[in-house]
Amino acid sequence: MTSPILRVLSCGSVDDGKSTLIGRLLHDCDALFEDQLALLERERTPEGLPDFSRLLDGLLAEREQGITIDVAYRTFRTAGRRYLLADAPGHERYTRNMATGASRADVALLLLDITRAAGGLLPQTIRHTVIASLMGVPDIIVAVNKMDCCGYDRLAFGKVEAEYRSRLANLQEKFRSVRCVPVSALRGDNVRRRSENMPWYEGETIFDLLETLEPPAAGERPFCLPVQWVARAANFRGLAGTVLSGSVEAGKEVLLLPSGQKSRVRRLVALEGDLQKAEAEKAVCLRLEDDLDVGRGELAVDPEAPPETADQLAARVVWLNDPPLVAGRTFVFRLGTCERLATIGELSAKLDVHTLREQAARELKPNDVGRIKLSLDRPVPFVPYRESRDLGAFLLVDRLGGNTVGAGMIELALRRSHTVFWHDFDLDQTAYAAQKGQKPRTLWFTGLSASGKSTVANLTARLLHARGRHVYILDGDNLRHGLNRDLGFAESDRAENVRRAAEVARLMVDAGLIVLAAFISPYREDRAAIRDRFRPGEFVEIFVDTPLSVCAQRDPKGLYARALDGKLPNFTGVTAPFEPPENPDLRLDGQLPPERLAETVVDFLEGDNPRKILTPFPNGKTK
Amino acid sequence: MDDTTHILALLEAEAIHIFRETAAGFEKPVLLYSIGKDSTVLLHLARKAFYPAPIPFPVLHVDTTWKFREMISFRERKTREYGVELLVYTNPAGKEQNVTPFTYGSARYTDIMKTEALRQALDKYGFDAAIGGARRDEEKSRAKERIFSVRSPGHRWDARSQRPELWRLYNTRLGPGETMRVFPLSNWTELDVWEYILAGGLEVVPLYFAKERPVVRRSGTWIMVDDPERMVFEPGEAPAMKMVRFRTLGCWPLSGAIESSAASVGEIVGEIRQARHSERQGRLIDSDQAGSMERKKQEGYF
Repeated sequence: MTSPILRVLSCGSVDDGKSTLIGRLLHDCDALFEDQLALLERERTPEGLPDFSRLLDGLLAEREQGITIDVAYRTFRTAGRRYLLADAPGHERYTRNMATGASRADVALLLLDITRAAGGLLPQTIRHTVIASLMGVPDIIVAVNKMDCCGYDRLAFGKVEAEYRSRLANLQEKFRSVRCVPVSALRGDNVRRRSENMPWYEGETIFDLLETLEPPAAGERPFCLPVQWVARAANFRGLAGTVLSGSVEAGKEVLLLPSGQKSRVRRLVALEGDLQKAEAEKAVCLRLEDDLDVGRGELAVDPEAPPETADQLAARVVWLNDPPLVAGRTFVFRLGTCERLATIGELSAKLDVHTLREQAARELKPNDVGRIKLSLDRPVPFVPYRESRDLGAFLLVDRLGGNTVGAGMIELALRRSHTVFWHDFDLDQTAYAAQKGQKPRTLWFTGLSASGKSTVANLTARLLHARGRHVYILDGDNLRHGLNRDLGFAESDRAENVRRAAEVARLMVDAGLIVLAAFISPYREDRAAIRDRFRPGEFVEIFVDTPLSVCAQRDPKGLYARALDGKLPNFTGVTAPFEPPENPDLRLDGQLPPERLAETVVDFLEGDNPRKILTPFPNGKTK
Repeated sequence: MDDTTHILALLEAEAIHIFRETAAGFEKPVLLYSIGKDSTVLLHLARKAFYPAPIPFPVLHVDTTWKFREMISFRERKTREYGVELLVYTNPAGKEQNVTPFTYGSARYTDIMKTEALRQALDKYGFDAAIGGARRDEEKSRAKERIFSVRSPGHRWDARSQRPELWRLYNTRLGPGETMRVFPLSNWTELDVWEYILAGGLEVVPLYFAKERPVVRRSGTWIMVDDPERMVFEPGEAPAMKMVRFRTLGCWPLSGAIESSAASVGEIVGEIRQARHSERQGRLIDSDQAGSMERKKQEGYF
């Protein structure tokens, strides 16, 4: 079955005439209304021709600056097809918008200005090609524009086409097809109408290429449906989702991943009456033979051809937003309807999108492309991105602000999840804790250097010990002599330092101990990540709140003096940021005597249980 | 399956997917219902998305008190028939100060009775996601709108810092004070909406069908005198009967009718296939000033 909808990405350098080409295409396909045509009568180019670009730049800021900033989505219809067009900006600063437009495109329409490419292709042309290929766009059409400005010169076109094709050889991900078409968007040559000015061009026009291009079919892959939502009604429980590939009918056996449960489809329920069969792209509600306790995040698949499941992945990522990506950071990971926590294990390379070389990097800034390894808190079923854009693509989301910060494409599993099992032993935390007669937990003291964290932790530990509690102190400085000897003070090293300390604390809490951990841990996000590693109520965040001026005055190790002298880079509070907790479980005024503060902590612990721990997600969704 | 049926099936599946993501991703979504053709399709898709379960959120109508009377009776009948929870909200201050399209001018009136009223209603009920029927083909600034579109505290739309929206992975997380607008019909066109209504046999407000109606000529369009008692006539103005219908429905003093003889959904589809004017042309509020829709959206207009 041919696809009646074609998703097109249009891209190209600033001023290459992209908006003009799209406007011209709409015009020549008769897809404009009369009030839009009237606009064309008013808006003219310096040559006195209709200014087609004025149809498109939608935002005031764009019209004022005369550039396209954001992706614009528009749709138009021809006799043969419906087009969904993502018009992406050309400027380097907006690479992320280009990646966005490319993510679902069936074909990229890349604009190139021949008058500017004569001396060699522009870096942006290469960058856009690389991103389109990276995002898995199957086909590319290169519109070599402004042929009217070079006298419709066949040789000039041939030279540019040859150079372009030679650069494609270095791409890691290849296009299925590459077409180059000489056009004049302004005058309409080879857009819809064959150009009389270029009889030497024997290929198809842009319009004819778009009308005949067939995107790869999803229906041929095995059945797969991510469960979005559970429909509950009287004596009814149905799994609602959209068929991504393959098809499903009543009686079909399905496997649910990652839970591993199996059942058969009893009915395909729909408002207009049960369906016999549902193909790819159909939104359905599956009633199974068994009432399995599965919900959103499970993937229903064909048991004969299940995708693999893993919790350690290698991926490529386009970084979209601040803050920059560094190793050790934790993000919310979204793949299909699965949601996980992902920790960036390693940032192995950054791609230079102009030379196509990969180089070592410590961080990825917005619009950078890189390779990462990531580790998930639970396994996820997936298919490599080059085989499935739906099951190989993921988002990384900032845990606190909720913003989309990274777009990832899975290359492979580093370790299949079934090779490492979690061993359940007979003795568990409950047993250890019962023996000690205490509620195990971690008291996490955060605050500036010299705020009094270690002093208060030390005094608190003594008080608890005197009461017969089993305690242990984990200290940042002390750990750096052993376990964390290999780490420095750069942001990524600090994140790793804190992560390791948290893992040690967690093991000790599992062993039934009360752990007192004193770490500057300056980043809110890192502390939120630590909290997630503990069961509810086990992690108590204590903010030792001492003003910077007081800490600098105390300065027991002389560090503030050196930092203020500019001799100590990355020193928290002076040359590196400290993000104070917004909602600590306990806030201590660091200017009070430490003995009193220690008593406050003990009262807090021994009196009531810690108050309800707030969810780290502002809109409270963890399901 | 012919092309039109196939296209409608794909658009329907996409919209249902978006509805389900909204239900799963938010604590308290709401469906904004404006009673027009897009809302009719939206409500139908919501029923399909969750069937056999009921629609898991209420339906909100921001009532300016200047809607066509036929719209209100249609609203009451349909919501009862479908058994959905209907909330109706009117800006109390605007009502008290008697803010009307005649006394305040279309821009101020729309700001108070629609934009401000919507913000008030969302705050009052604490909705974290509002689903609307806006389409990207309606207006140029809408072409840059996301399907899941974040509003900063105060319900403002910041066109410059929208979240990138990749693949069909919709990020439903919110930062402090943020809310979401969700547009399941983003990729539909006016013609799609009518073809879907035709294919599904959906019922729409009769004002869409041509009929002799009392109208006056204003700003190059026909304004229907829905309530002669509240109509403010200009000197020398008198209603005349004309065969007209509406392409979009809003407040009657601001909704321009077109001359037409299309009296059924099938005839409307035929008319739109031949249409030479885009749909919002009849709306007086869009032509107030350049970029007016964008400004309104920044201030919280849907």
